[in-house]
Amino acid sequence: MNRHLLSIHDVSAQDIVRILDTAESFREVGSRVIKKVPALRGRTVVNLFYENSTRTRISFELAAKRLSADVINFTTSGSSVSKGESLKDTALTLQAMGADAIVIRHSSSGAPLTLTRWVNGSVLNAGDGTHEHPTQALLDLYTMRDRLGRLDGLRVAVVGDVLHSRVARSLSFALVKMGAETTLVGPPTLIPPEAPAWGVQVSHDLGSVLPKLDVCYMLRVQTERQRQQFFPSVREYSRLFGLTRDRVGLLPEGALVMHPGPMNRGVEIDSDVADLPRSVIEEQVTNGIAIRMSLLYLLLGGSGAEGGGDA
Amino acid sequence: MPERLVFRGARVVDPASGRDEVADVAVVDGLVASDAGAGATVLDCDGLVLSPGLVDLHTHLRQPGREDKETVETGCRAAALGGFTAVSPMANTDPVADHAGVIHEVRDLGRAAGLCDVFPVGAITRGLAGEAMAEIGEMVEAGVRIFSDDGRCVPTARMLRNALTYSRAFDGVLIAEHCEDASLAEDGQMHEGLHSYSLGLAGQPREAEEVIVARDLAVARLAGGRLHLCHLSSAGSVEMVRRAKAQGLRVTAEVTPHHLVFSEEDLLTYDTNVKVNPPLRALEDRDALRAALVDGTIDAVATDHAPHAVEDKEVEFDQAPPGTTGLETALSAVLTHLVEPGTMSLTRAIEAMSTAPARILGASGHGGPIEPGRPANLVAFDPAAEWTVEPPFASRSRNSAFLGRRLRGRVIHTVYAGDLVVADGKAQR
Repeated sequence: MNRHLLSIHDVSAQDIVRILDTAESFREVGSRVIKKVPALRGRTVVNLFYENSTRTRISFELAAKRLSADVINFTTSGSSVSKGESLKDTALTLQAMGADAIVIRHSSSGAPLTLTRWVNGSVLNAGDGTHEHPTQALLDLYTMRDRLGRLDGLRVAVVGDVLHSRVARSLSFALVKMGAETTLVGPPTLIPPEAPAWGVQVSHDLGSVLPKLDVCYMLRVQTERQRQQFFPSVREYSRLFGLTRDRVGLLPEGALVMHPGPMNRGVEIDSDVADLPRSVIEEQVTNGIAIRMSLLYLLLGGSGAEGGGDA
Repeated sequence: MPERLVFRGARVVDPASGRDEVADVAVVDGLVASDAGAGATVLDCDGLVLSPGLVDLHTHLRQPGREDKETVETGCRAAALGGFTAVSPMANTDPVADHAGVIHEVRDLGRAAGLCDVFPVGAITRGLAGEAMAEIGEMVEAGVRIFSDDGRCVPTARMLRNALTYSRAFDGVLIAEHCEDASLAEDGQMHEGLHSYSLGLAGQPREAEEVIVARDLAVARLAGGRLHLCHLSSAGSVEMVRRAKAQGLRVTAEVTPHHLVFSEEDLLTYDTNVKVNPPLRALEDRDALRAALVDGTIDAVATDHAPHAVEDKEVEFDQAPPGTTGLETALSAVLTHLVEPGTMSLTRAIEAMSTAPARILGASGHGGPIEPGRPANLVAFDPAAEWTVEPPFASRSRNSAFLGRRLRGRVIHTVYAGDLVVADGKAQR
């Protein structure tokens, strides 16, 4: 595997299987009374968050702590960043402090790659601009494989604002890599016209796609996009592309509903739908910790036997 | 400075006269002469090409306002080292060059540097704000020939019509447009296409340029005057210019070395040094630009030399200002990527970098012909010399899109107004 995880393009299908398998062995750690293994004892993981993201930051923090790493949270408010320090100087500072891994969330696409120019440690992309969010995609694959037993041939729709979604990019690339049949669904203004080149299908009719799915993956829609005239109103968006109570019935039995969170209940997903047994949104969160443990472990080459079972 | 020079045994390439032959060229008292007489300084030019000095229609020298990025003097030194004997600094300084005062200041700084001619560009609208026409007549009296709101286009067809129509009062005056529709370009970080979507960078479609090229050509038909289109980037723009020229419209166009060499694929590592505006487009656009330069649809190569401070470029991609330096690499880039592979003749390359821009600018002392009695603005370069683009640069900035790349062709001597301002590749002042 590469030293960094910046994009799904950094990992092969074989790598992905290894990441998911390793996560499998770490998931058990989370169900113990003492949720800790010594795999990364003495290693330092920095969470460098230029954007607010409670769930991703906490997930990475828990993952690192369960591996016994020392964790430093470096967020924009109340740090030198808010005093105007550049990414470069922040990177050089963290480098000087001996960070073994830097988990970065940034509003600028490409910032994680830029960061690698100035640090020796591993860089993990926790979401950059409208580029990628590879750890989210991996935890989603984990959840699909866990629930449905396979990835190859799975029929998955990713629904919503694909154009501005880093989750959709990483997930599409990862699904295609693992042999899933992927369809992007949304208004034409929110689907990149070049998407077919990624190896995915495109549809603008959610109702016709739903009956053929194993997974319906809903993306968060920012109401700000309406002001930018990507669609006429939130109401119309919801009517055409929301997973409503009526529409969810079109899904085959056993098909999953997924969402990366945070949800806009009543916009892209009805509240009742989010709470159905087929919605695995909380499982995604739980699995996120195991996936991030797996990634930190594999990227930092943790000591001891693979997995946490023998700790 | 020696007053009498002989360039011995150079291959003289002079598009204005059609000459391409090995010959000696003498310079006496600032002029090309038939004989320098005994005691002249003899420069052995075996293996070198001697041509009229290069002329840049599109330069950013940053003074006044951002002297940390470039000054007139450092920019002129970069120009001389790149083989240029004339540059045209754009009006987007602080204060803006929208009145004679700034024009005089910039030209005087150029004279004091004494490294090349400086022909300042004046703003079309006051403060580049696009709202009220600047005092074009006063700036013409101060010597300005090119007017441009470079960095943005004149916002309305009406304003452009008036500027073009008004400019007809003055001989040889050019309205130069940076063609970019602001609403389509909106925050675009790179060319819109497969790569912009994959990289998660807001795209700027080629149509952002093309709708303004179409508008400007239509307005120029209506208003008359002389329209010049800056740094074309798209195949569609080129096609429109080709048609307009065939119909007899008085329009000229330029292209930058970086648009001739690079494409959107050079942005895959989020390298801010190749972030430019207009953005680097698809390979088919690049190839169309090359063909248009060869066939004369695009008249000239212009550097759009845009120096930026290291701390402004060493940032997240979407926070970096667009622009690359160009004066010190332009000739080598064209020689390496167009002449060497046989896409373009050496004569056409010199024409596009010297003779044509001199004519567009109305700089009669530049661009050749290299004949006795003509002002001695010359460059001698070694077309075979290979070098790596790396600091130190004469420019105060080092944001070159060519950084770290190998290029062929190196300027050896530059003569400006009879003075050897660059000798053996070293600036003499």
